[in-house]
Amino acid sequence: MTDSKYFTTTKKGEIFELKAELNSDKKEKKKEAVKKVIASMTVGKDVSALFPDVVNCMQTDNLELKKLVYLYLMNYAKSQPDMAIMAVNTFVKDCEDPNPLIRALAVRTMGCIRVDKITEYLCEPLRKCLKDEDPYVRKTAAVCVAKLHDINAQLVEDQGFLDTLKDLISDSNPMVVANAVAALSEIAESHPNSNLLDLNPQTINKLLTALNECTEWGQIFILDCLANYTPRDDRESQSICERVTPRLSHANSAVVLSAVKVLMKFMEMLPKDLDYYGTLLKKLAPPLVTLLSAEPELQYVALRNINLIVQKRPEILKHEMKVFFVKYNDPIYVKLEKLDIMIRLASQANIAQVLAELKEYATEVDVDFVRKAVRAIGRCAIKVEQSAERCVSTLLDLIQTKVNYVVQEAIVVIKDIFRKYPNKYESVIATLCENLDSLDEPEARAAMIWIVGEYAERIDNADELLESFLEGFHDESTQVQLQLLTAIVKLFLKKPTETQELVQQVLSLATQDSDNPDLRDRGYIYWRLLSTDPVAAKEVVLAEKPLISEETDLIEPTLLEELICHIGTLASVYHKPPSAFVEGSRGVQHKRLPARAGSGESAESPDVGQSGPAEAPPAVIPSQGDLLGDLLNLDLAPPTATIPSVQPSMQMGAMDLLGGGLDSLMGDESDTLGGDIGGSPSMGAGLGAAPAAMPAALGSAPAVGGGLGDLFDLGGGVGMPTGAYVAPKTVWLPAMKAKGLEISGTFARRGGIIQMDLSLTNKAMSVMTDFAIQFNRNSFGLAPAGPLQVLTPLSPNQTIDVSLPLSTSGPVMKMEPLNNLQVAVKNNIDVFYFSCQYPLSLLFVEDGKMERQVFLATWKDIPNDNEAQFQIKDIHLNSDAASNKLQGSNIFTIAKRTVEGQDMLYQSVKLTNAIWVLAEMRIQTGNPNYTLSIKCRAPEVSQFVYQCYELVLKN
Amino acid sequence: MTSVVATTNKNSNASLVYAFLYKLVEVFTEYFKELEEESIQDNFVVVYELLDELMDFGFPQTTDSKILQEYITQQGNKLEVAKTKVPTTVTNAVSWRSEGIKYKKNEVFIDVIESINVLVNANGSVMSSDIVGCIKLKTMLSGMPELRLGLNDRDKGKTVAMEDVKFHQCVRLSRFESDRTISFIPPDGESELMSYRINTHVKPLIWIESVIEKFSHSRVEIMVKAKGQFKKQSVANNVEIRVPVPSDADSPKFKTSTGHAKYVPEKNLVVWSIKSFPGGKEFLMRAHFGLPSVETDEMEGKPPITVKFEIPYFTVSGIQVRYMKIIEKSGYQALPWVRYITQSGDYQLRTNS
Repeated sequence: MTDSKYFTTTKKGEIFELKAELNSDKKEKKKEAVKKVIASMTVGKDVSALFPDVVNCMQTDNLELKKLVYLYLMNYAKSQPDMAIMAVNTFVKDCEDPNPLIRALAVRTMGCIRVDKITEYLCEPLRKCLKDEDPYVRKTAAVCVAKLHDINAQLVEDQGFLDTLKDLISDSNPMVVANAVAALSEIAESHPNSNLLDLNPQTINKLLTALNECTEWGQIFILDCLANYTPRDDRESQSICERVTPRLSHANSAVVLSAVKVLMKFMEMLPKDLDYYGTLLKKLAPPLVTLLSAEPELQYVALRNINLIVQKRPEILKHEMKVFFVKYNDPIYVKLEKLDIMIRLASQANIAQVLAELKEYATEVDVDFVRKAVRAIGRCAIKVEQSAERCVSTLLDLIQTKVNYVVQEAIVVIKDIFRKYPNKYESVIATLCENLDSLDEPEARAAMIWIVGEYAERIDNADELLESFLEGFHDESTQVQLQLLTAIVKLFLKKPTETQELVQQVLSLATQDSDNPDLRDRGYIYWRLLSTDPVAAKEVVLAEKPLISEETDLIEPTLLEELICHIGTLASVYHKPPSAFVEGSRGVQHKRLPARAGSGESAESPDVGQSGPAEAPPAVIPSQGDLLGDLLNLDLAPPTATIPSVQPSMQMGAMDLLGGGLDSLMGDESDTLGGDIGGSPSMGAGLGAAPAAMPAALGSAPAVGGGLGDLFDLGGGVGMPTGAYVAPKTVWLPAMKAKGLEISGTFARRGGIIQMDLSLTNKAMSVMTDFAIQFNRNSFGLAPAGPLQVLTPLSPNQTIDVSLPLSTSGPVMKMEPLNNLQVAVKNNIDVFYFSCQYPLSLLFVEDGKMERQVFLATWKDIPNDNEAQFQIKDIHLNSDAASNKLQGSNIFTIAKRTVEGQDMLYQSVKLTNAIWVLAEMRIQTGNPNYTLSIKCRAPEVSQFVYQCYELVLKN
Repeated sequence: MTSVVATTNKNSNASLVYAFLYKLVEVFTEYFKELEEESIQDNFVVVYELLDELMDFGFPQTTDSKILQEYITQQGNKLEVAKTKVPTTVTNAVSWRSEGIKYKKNEVFIDVIESINVLVNANGSVMSSDIVGCIKLKTMLSGMPELRLGLNDRDKGKTVAMEDVKFHQCVRLSRFESDRTISFIPPDGESELMSYRINTHVKPLIWIESVIEKFSHSRVEIMVKAKGQFKKQSVANNVEIRVPVPSDADSPKFKTSTGHAKYVPEKNLVVWSIKSFPGGKEFLMRAHFGLPSVETDEMEGKPPITVKFEIPYFTVSGIQVRYMKIIEKSGYQALPWVRYITQSGDYQLRTNS
């Protein structure tokens, strides 16, 4: 008969029946009932309703029954705290039972009942049990202190249990010592500065004595505790090591690893010329190797730790390469870790064997493993110079297999090999290029592009290759886009004549069509570099690159030290400090290796420090190798440095360069106008979208002269020689789309008043009436200042011209393009929607002439990044004529300077929302092409201001 | 498949956790034979009791199943309360042996078992090889005997260099560390006293040469030659040579010069079994498989050929038990018996196919 029958009762009224059985007079029936209850509890049924009945069974002399009742109590006491009090008496009584098993059972269970009211009652029994004559009870009571501390730390301290626990370290029984150490360590972990484990040479001696006598688990507690001790000097350190080394022969892997931890840590203090130091190093290797015969999970933990140990002390395992060779039946996690260690141990002495193995692995079927093997070949090439050539030829062999992921991995590592050994293996580029089409992973694509750019001068069709990538530019990942941008710029600098178009294309793709700030920044940097000083650009972009370091993935030394202190623990498996994954205070304490004894007896004393002397600290490249590679490649400061901090602007209100397009467009004044800022676009859209927009309406505006504006030039301006330019009307809403209503129009600014000039034509058969107009929210808050004045009905074939005055006090929303206006027109037939674009000059206010001094200060104050440069071609005006013409559109010339036959006009514009735009126009006599530099805190408007310049000057 | 899982919310000792879980499985298996859902249901009361003793507040406690069996039994309900006491062993320094054990005839059986691990490359070179040996005891001794084991590892002129030695917790490690003496009070019954690793270039005892020719869409032809590279007086028993074949192979045909070959399709293997394989002999096996004309796209791994065997009365390393001294205060005479055996461990030969 087995216990499984207890799980089968599922009938209705079960609780009721159980209740009756629990209260039965027959002992056997009672016990059966409790078993049923526990079975129900085990499978997750709620049997808490039986609490009083079960607790009633507690007073029994049957040990098995008692254990079951205690089990029940542990589970339900928390949900029934009031009733749990009922159990207190029995606990207290059981703690005095003649049978030590019962005393221990009581004290063990007590600690698991996490009810405040009860814990107080338990202090006295616990105190007695801590001094019990039976070690079994004492060792259980020691653990109970840790349990109680977890429930109520203050209570434990107030009751003096911590001192009693400390006394137990000197207990005669090794098991009690071990549990006391475990409990104290646990408590100390939550009180990092409590100095609870007041370790001194005397206590250490006691621990080392107990180490020889306690169980394997007790040995681990003691070793882990020892690892927290810092010996006073190298002699004490050595004597502890001597007493710990025998543990390396323990059959339990965990004992071995904990001993390794103590030794690795204390070794740090031993002078390297000490014979014992060498002996100890030799003793460490065999047990580490034996760990590889353990069960797979333990093997994995061991391998992760060996990975740390070989980084800290490569000499320990340098002759043990073979044991890390991968076996066919190793689990994949063991395989990958072995591979990692193989690379770390690779040296000139063993590289031939390692390469043969890696090649074997690269033809396996497990994709992750194969990839890592291919990568490992590349890492060997970088690590062991003598092997580079063989590695490259092995990689080429692998590329010939045409196995897609093998090819891609190979290309990624070959890129690194080029970085390590420039001008050595470039003959293989042709082979690489053959595989261009098969690359579908970003990393491989980026690597290939880098190679093409870097060696553009040796690849005849480099431009074609790069151009082929450019077609799908926006579908590429950032990594590829960045690499493509850099590669094309390199190509351009190397072969400028044929590739001008290509470089322009990529620059505009990167700067204008991308939402990615990194890409845009890099694009702008190149753009600026190329346009200002191509020679400098060459020096920067094609600069000699530093060779990459042989180890790209070493753990950073301080972290490595901390992890060495955590050998065997989860931290050593994750390769992360405990603070990275442990919640609360437990992980906060950072462990450090002790400093080597600086007693001066060794020649190495100047090296006294955190890391071992005479070992050059390995160069470490952070794991984002690619990003860094790119930066090195560029030889530029990190992108953040290129974004200057934005000073609070002077009179024009705060302009946040990055703070979203809307805010930067609104300025101070429009804050009050705006009101509805809800849909503020993201930073990306704000910065990126604006320059990209080439408004079709403006761009294609016919360049017919339009002096019409003169008619309306009713003063307001200060003696304007020419009026503002008004473009001719264009069709905004074709009749086809609006049931016969055709709307054409244009915009004008007349004497400070913004007007929308509309022509409404009825091309339908019936009369149109009831006209009304409305604007959607737009970038500058344009809104009708009055109703649409169409007083008479519009007969078929009739056209009526209307001028609608506009205000800039409407709701604001950043539009795309910036000057886009969405309009709804209603008549008796329907509502029609169209959008049109207005010239930004509409918003140039009449008092836009800035003080000279203010201009100078502002120009300096606006970051250079915000400067945009444009060419205005084919203008046959002298500077004065141009200046006059521009003033008609409220573009004011503040000053003019002539340097070496070149006129420089300094001009200012103020927008309706108080944004100032500053400009410098350079006009060379005899040259019809003007150069216009525009600076503005909201750089997205520059493009549109430039368009106004061009429109005004050409008309 | 049964999985055992542990959870933690702090930076726990990971190797302790895994070592404990394996121990847990071992204890449960010794109690219930099979560890599976049913056996846990059938014994849930004992499981609770065991867990109580095995671990307290996350600290492993008593995990020696022999000791546990003294006070946690599956017939718990039949035991009188008075009898259920903590065996002093639980907290003793000698936590692995109870007092008061009695045998009429005092004997101890010693098995020296060596396993050979070999990894041979496809071109026939030995990539790595080592010997993992262990000494197992079956102790049937009364009282609290003191044992001392002498091996020939320190004999002059003939050194068996044990790379690494691991001992059962009964062995006094510090004593071994100081004068290489293996002294201990043995656990009762069966136990593994020690294990060792010898990192030496071992000649593979059974050498395999293979030619596996795959003709796509048509057939696979396999030729395997096995040679016993050990003394003529010795015989390898229960030899099994496992040769991988493609998963889509069919219609097997075999020819062997000794033993018999069998196709195990669920493992994609040909198993060639030879009951008795004398040293110095050479045998041959040929196999022929058909392959379907339509190939599967699935890439197949390249599993190695593996070999299993046992060679009695012999250790590759040459290690021998020189003496076993047994001293008990009652002064009885006890007899030690020694057996030697060498067997295959992880024995892999990569193939070219």
